[in-house]
Amino acid sequence: MNSKTFRTLAPSIFVGVGGLLFWEVSLAVLQPEGFLLPAPSSIARALFDNFDVVWTGMKSTGYIVVTGLLVGVPMGVVWALLVSRFRLANETLTPLAISLNAIPIIALAPIFNAWFGLLSPVSNQAIVALLVFFPVFINTTKGLTEVGETELELMRSYASSSWQVARTVRIPNAMPFFFTSLKIASSLAVIGAIVAEYFGGRQDALGPLIVQNAGLTRYAEAWSAVLAGSAMGIALYLLSGVLERFAMPWKPDADMVET
Amino acid sequence: MTATVQPAVQISGVSKIFNLGKPNEVRAVEGINLAISEGSFVSLIGPSGCGKSTLLRLVAALTPASDGEIFVNGKPAEQARLDRDYGMAFQTSGLFGWRTVIQNVELPLHLMGWSKAERRERAAEMLELVKLGDFADYYPRELSGGMQQRVSIARALSFRPSLLLMDEPFGALDEMTREHMQTEVLDIWNKTGKTIVFVTHSIPEAVFLSQRVIVMSARPGRLAADITVDIGDRTFETREAPRFFDTITQVREALRNKEPSA
Repeated sequence: MNSKTFRTLAPSIFVGVGGLLFWEVSLAVLQPEGFLLPAPSSIARALFDNFDVVWTGMKSTGYIVVTGLLVGVPMGVVWALLVSRFRLANETLTPLAISLNAIPIIALAPIFNAWFGLLSPVSNQAIVALLVFFPVFINTTKGLTEVGETELELMRSYASSSWQVARTVRIPNAMPFFFTSLKIASSLAVIGAIVAEYFGGRQDALGPLIVQNAGLTRYAEAWSAVLAGSAMGIALYLLSGVLERFAMPWKPDADMVET
Repeated sequence: MTATVQPAVQISGVSKIFNLGKPNEVRAVEGINLAISEGSFVSLIGPSGCGKSTLLRLVAALTPASDGEIFVNGKPAEQARLDRDYGMAFQTSGLFGWRTVIQNVELPLHLMGWSKAERRERAAEMLELVKLGDFADYYPRELSGGMQQRVSIARALSFRPSLLLMDEPFGALDEMTREHMQTEVLDIWNKTGKTIVFVTHSIPEAVFLSQRVIVMSARPGRLAADITVDIGDRTFETREAPRFFDTITQVREALRNKEPSA
């Protein structure tokens, strides 16, 4: 690790390790009831002891998250392309998207379970897809339409077709907006999947694992499953950042947190 | 007059009204007649909102005229746009941040379907012309404002249009860079022999660059004066020569006389 990487990473490592120590020590000193908050060490032990179960849960929930994203994200992009390109699409699909977003989507979980079957993953996938659709749609549309007047006049001066304008101006202009929405969507997808799993779907997933362990007052185990969910969210966020850099080599080097 | 030399730009009785018939109707330009001969350097100058940029956009057929006719190279302006008879440079450089400098210069050639090798060769040649040969693979954000404008000029010239339309291209630059860019543009004009129509609100800039300064009055924009500039070859000394200041005074008075009394 060179010194620059170290300088960049040091504060977060310090805060992370310091926070965990503070947590552990305060619990040891204050000794609250075990159900309030287990110590990091007991969560780590629970994770270690139940690693197989948690890992299976991660794979099961991960499948829901990834497939949900694979449906919801392209849906948002295609919807945005249509809306920015065709006036009729804008007048019909935009209100529809806004209406879809106004639904408390997570509240549909029991209804979707009735549609697709209580133990079917499809209802959870549908929840995730619907949840991630809107941020992708709204951000990408913004990127496709918020193009400078000069750029548009320039393209007009070249007598370029609207397809050429889309390909050379609108789509590259929308890239940063899209990747910002992808980062939002990736965290949202994990939350959506786990909450949807509380209501049904595959029983080996993280959602049921949290519910069952909390029901049995095995809080450290419940927390270890929550931790697994966060790890997935972080991994997807970082993956979005890597894809962003790969897709937009023109962007200046910056911390991944910056968008 | 029997000469049949066709002007590069012919503007006859042109008016432009925005938002016609609405409460926010604006008569931007009115009754413009102007002929610009081929190979000349003409500046349009006037107070803010006098319609000088609008007039340039009418010539470029970026917006249609409400009345009158515009011919570019003997063709209706719209046809000239479709035939890509002109290149344009704007106040903001309008470079695409996701393209490198050379890719920006290649953009019009790309849209015209040139092969990659031809594009590269021409774009490199254009970058040499604006003295940015060493910056081909930089991204625009890595360049100064003046350099960005030079890239946008290289881009406008890349497909060798006979006419170059420039809309306050140096408006956002500092004074030093601006004077340097003026020399560069004159150099390019001398080398390429293009017809240049240059919109500016700087009197010294208009006088230094042009053979003719067209003075416009404020809203609705009309032609107020047509001043021929005769100050010889432009050198460093030109900016300090009495003839330069005399012409500046002439333009300034033309601008003042035609301001609306309201």
